[in-house]
Amino acid sequence: MKKTADPKALRVFAEEIRVATLEEFDALGLGHVGGAMSIVETLAVLYGGEMNIDPKNPQWEDRDRFVLSKGHAGPSVYATLALKGYFPVEQLATLNRPHTDLPSHTDRNHTPGIDMTTGSLGQGASTAAGLAMAAKAMHKDYRTFLIVGDGESNEGQVWEMAQFAAHQKLDNLVLFVDWNKKQLDGMLEDISGDANFEQKFAAFGWDAQTVNGHDIPAIQAALARAFAVKGKPHCIVLDTIKGHGCDIAERTADNHSITFKKEDILHSIELAKDVLAKAKAEVE
Amino acid sequence: MYKILDELNKDKRAIRDIVRDKLMEQMQADERVCYLDADLMNCIGTRKLVPMFPDRAINCGIAEANMVGVAAGMSAAGMIPYCHSFGIFASRRVMDQVFMSVAYAKLNVRVLGSDAGVTAALNGGTHMPFEDMAVYLAIPQAVAIEACDCAQMASIMDQVKDMQGLIYIRFMRKNPVAVYPDGTEFKVGRGCVLRDGDDVTLISSGIMVAEAIKAADLLAAEGISARVVDMFTWKPIDAQLIEESARKTGAIVTAENHNFLSGLGVQVANTVSETYPVPVRRVGIADEFGEVGPEDYLRERFDLTAAHIVREAKKAISMKR
Repeated sequence: MKKTADPKALRVFAEEIRVATLEEFDALGLGHVGGAMSIVETLAVLYGGEMNIDPKNPQWEDRDRFVLSKGHAGPSVYATLALKGYFPVEQLATLNRPHTDLPSHTDRNHTPGIDMTTGSLGQGASTAAGLAMAAKAMHKDYRTFLIVGDGESNEGQVWEMAQFAAHQKLDNLVLFVDWNKKQLDGMLEDISGDANFEQKFAAFGWDAQTVNGHDIPAIQAALARAFAVKGKPHCIVLDTIKGHGCDIAERTADNHSITFKKEDILHSIELAKDVLAKAKAEVE
Repeated sequence: MYKILDELNKDKRAIRDIVRDKLMEQMQADERVCYLDADLMNCIGTRKLVPMFPDRAINCGIAEANMVGVAAGMSAAGMIPYCHSFGIFASRRVMDQVFMSVAYAKLNVRVLGSDAGVTAALNGGTHMPFEDMAVYLAIPQAVAIEACDCAQMASIMDQVKDMQGLIYIRFMRKNPVAVYPDGTEFKVGRGCVLRDGDDVTLISSGIMVAEAIKAADLLAAEGISARVVDMFTWKPIDAQLIEESARKTGAIVTAENHNFLSGLGVQVANTVSETYPVPVRRVGIADEFGEVGPEDYLRERFDLTAAHIVREAKKAISMKR
């Protein structure tokens, strides 16, 4: 498929994802908005050109894999997949409804384009390592991209995987830590102490770096630097803002999951649409 | 009716030898087969698989949760993973991982849990799984199997390779009492009638199969005719055979090397109560923790003996209406 590396075009894609995700939440009236907003630019970079994928053939054997270990951010991945043509955009309004194929947490058996079932935190990390391990064992060239939450990294399984992936030299695995500083009950630093993800993963033997997770060219450059390093798995810490680009989420301290007042979410969507329009104007 | 050996003696082979040989055979024949362990390869004698299959025989270190997740991921890419650890770690330690990453995700992993129940012996109560099968019984569509000897383990491993889903197999690591001739074929989900009888049915698995056969001999000497069933698949349970046994003999004794509140006995009792209610008495661990000691001592300590099966059989018969 055609690859897009143009940061301005990817900015448009990111803001489209943001608007479509907020519209999903509006249709439902509530949702895990904070962590869905903070990964939008990364999704735009991955699905906007970095990953080898074919939306018409979601089970393509040699596709790059994506695992959202912080599965509760599913709605922004669904928006991304719909915009890429994996399924109709209209389906986004079915989020969490009975018989939907868009459950709150990502599920490989329901949604075209979802490669792994996640939800119980920490587990997606290991299954992503398994996908990367299988590529090595079966001499395949696909790469595996993984997003882990900063709060999720409280889970010991993340660090079991960190040790394993470094020992197995899984340089076909890229782990993004969504360092949005907040977990469900409050600030990360108040609940689980210093983050220091770059140092921690480096200490486990990973190639590790930190970038502004809302800066598209910075994410692209980080990926290019990562794949130049051989023999180590790659960690890219995304310095992000939980709820970024959603006005009501940015104005809410505990924004992990929000039940929206109709006027608040509609206002947030209008503001996000303004940002999208400006991004489009930049391209033209 | 299944043919059993004329004399029941300890096998010269350990069940782990069969596990190793079958893994090697399957990995040689099929590049999709892989084997993951959590630093217990020496305990089941599989270390020599690592140099033979460096990309597919993987020591994951003492990190069972990650091992199960890696196996799930490998199966999502089309591989056929086996995971091994001691029964306690292969069940309760990884319940959330086998539940979500494997079963809920409809992926495809075979989990081998060694040192079933009292056969953990000198490793003691911390290492003695009386609840491992209960973990798998609680997971929708999981398959739970207990192998009793080398011939049975070989046949089970031949079958599970191409089965789909989450499959747990518990077994004693060391030398079992040989019950079946080599080459006997078993069908997962189908219980085996080893001896027929009219007065009571003895339903067991694992190390308790040989005890049940001995108990049937002791009962025969007293003029009591016992049917003996090896229910090596606990889930899906062979409900048809249980009902047929209830109708034929009118009383049942179950015998398991597992907590009897959450294992084979309650499965049989549930089936009987819904189909053809007859007395069911359970031999097994009476909701206790394990403890350290030689296996012979532990079998006596927890009443996992032919003599206790005989006592319970007589009680069950006396309860017939």
